[in-house]
Amino acid sequence: MQNHSVKIYSIALLALLSLASCVQVKEYQKSRINDSEMTLSNRHVEKNELNAESYREGSSGANGGKTGGGCGCN
Amino acid sequence: MKKLSLSVIGMYLMMAQAFSQDPSGDSTGYKPKKLKLDEVNLVSSYYDQTADKSAVMGGRTDYKGNGDVTDFANGLDVTFIGWDKKKRKNTLTFGLGADYHTAASQAYVDSNGTSRNYGTRIYPTLNWTRENEQKGTSFDLGAYYSAEHNYYHSIGLNAAVSKKNKRNGEFSLKLVGYFDQIKMIYPSEFIPVDSAKNTSSADSIVYITTASGNVQALKYNNGQLVGGNSKPELPSKSRNTLTASFSFSQIINQRMQGSVELDMVYMSGYLGLPFHRVFYNTGKDTIENLPSQRFKLPIGFRLNYFLGDNIILRSYYRFYADSWGLVSNTFNLEVPVKITPFFSISPFYRFYMQTAARYFAPYMVHTIQEQYFTSNYALADFRSNLFGAGIRLAPPRGILTNGLRILELRYGHYMQTTDLNSNIISLNLVFK
Repeated sequence: MQNHSVKIYSIALLALLSLASCVQVKEYQKSRINDSEMTLSNRHVEKNELNAESYREGSSGANGGKTGGGCGCN
Repeated sequence: MKKLSLSVIGMYLMMAQAFSQDPSGDSTGYKPKKLKLDEVNLVSSYYDQTADKSAVMGGRTDYKGNGDVTDFANGLDVTFIGWDKKKRKNTLTFGLGADYHTAASQAYVDSNGTSRNYGTRIYPTLNWTRENEQKGTSFDLGAYYSAEHNYYHSIGLNAAVSKKNKRNGEFSLKLVGYFDQIKMIYPSEFIPVDSAKNTSSADSIVYITTASGNVQALKYNNGQLVGGNSKPELPSKSRNTLTASFSFSQIINQRMQGSVELDMVYMSGYLGLPFHRVFYNTGKDTIENLPSQRFKLPIGFRLNYFLGDNIILRSYYRFYADSWGLVSNTFNLEVPVKITPFFSISPFYRFYMQTAARYFAPYMVHTIQEQYFTSNYALADFRSNLFGAGIRLAPPRGILTNGLRILELRYGHYMQTTDLNSNIISLNLVFK
């Protein structure tokens, strides 16, 4: 677990630095970025699908879904 | 002279106007708006699962179909939006969910397979968000409640803050706590005889707990009901889940944006379930026993790319590790194709693989010397594939009526290497 933790924190830091060094995009250039299909989150319609996955699989989290609570969530 | 006087008066009036206090508190004519109904969001799903290995039966495979499940889930969110005097946007969302499920394994909480095999779950939610668009900050508070047959309650509380920077990036921090109270529903062969109320084994009482949480008192020797349907309070144990979630999203260029999300999850309390059996290699059965603490560390990445004019690539990857030795990788790719600006078709594929938790072993493999043990296949080594497609319809003038603005329909087929297969179909309707 400790080895994995170090890896995960390193990857997170690297990803943050990579993302933070991006080009400036002005408001009028965001027509594609603002498209409803481009949202950086799950769709509402996926809600119960994610719930079922959290019951049938051993891992959860980092996807905007629930991380605990209720029965069956490991 | 007259002209000069008029000019001086005019200038004075202009200055007076410039420095005067606007009754609304704003020189731009801004007026706060009370909370108004903005959106009603309905999500309905039907889930159908076939499986032969259930945790209730300790992973036995000779009871075909004892892992079968159906679930009809419905969730309704009603959102109100308003702006206060300081131009902050306030969003209030009330949610109510209701699920009805059948589970073949639930019947076998009673070893004869006679427990009730269906149940319901009700879960209201409340969420409030205050967003300052000028400063690029937001603050969020929420509460969640859920009740089901096998736990008295699950209470969830969350708080979140986020801040946008000038380079199209946004950082957010979310803290979540779930506080559960689990009913100690044991398999019928482990229900203790109530010796406190009974002086001899001939008239001792057994409390039979159905999977729906109803408790019946039966005479131990002949199984007759005692005093009709008595409902003694079942003992319970607590389970707490605390999560700190950090996320950063960034617009990378005019066609691409990405995000990284790191969750730190700490669980404590009773982390198994009292009606999950485990069979030792001797053939004797017991109840699963798991450590009282678990630390989970998932990290997820999203990258969305607008390819050409009609195709979007939505990708997601997650790496997960926890203190029970379970490691998993999740890959997800969805490709929405815009047939028109308001209609898209989205095929998707998800691949998932996990290693087993160190406390997992199949049916009749655990030894009596082990301290922790489970035969719940959610903690086994397996791979799974999920594929399907969705459609999204969002014409600006509504669908059939002006009120229905968005319709999404999605179907997915899921296959796990433990022989668990499922289908799910979901519908999302958004009314404005």
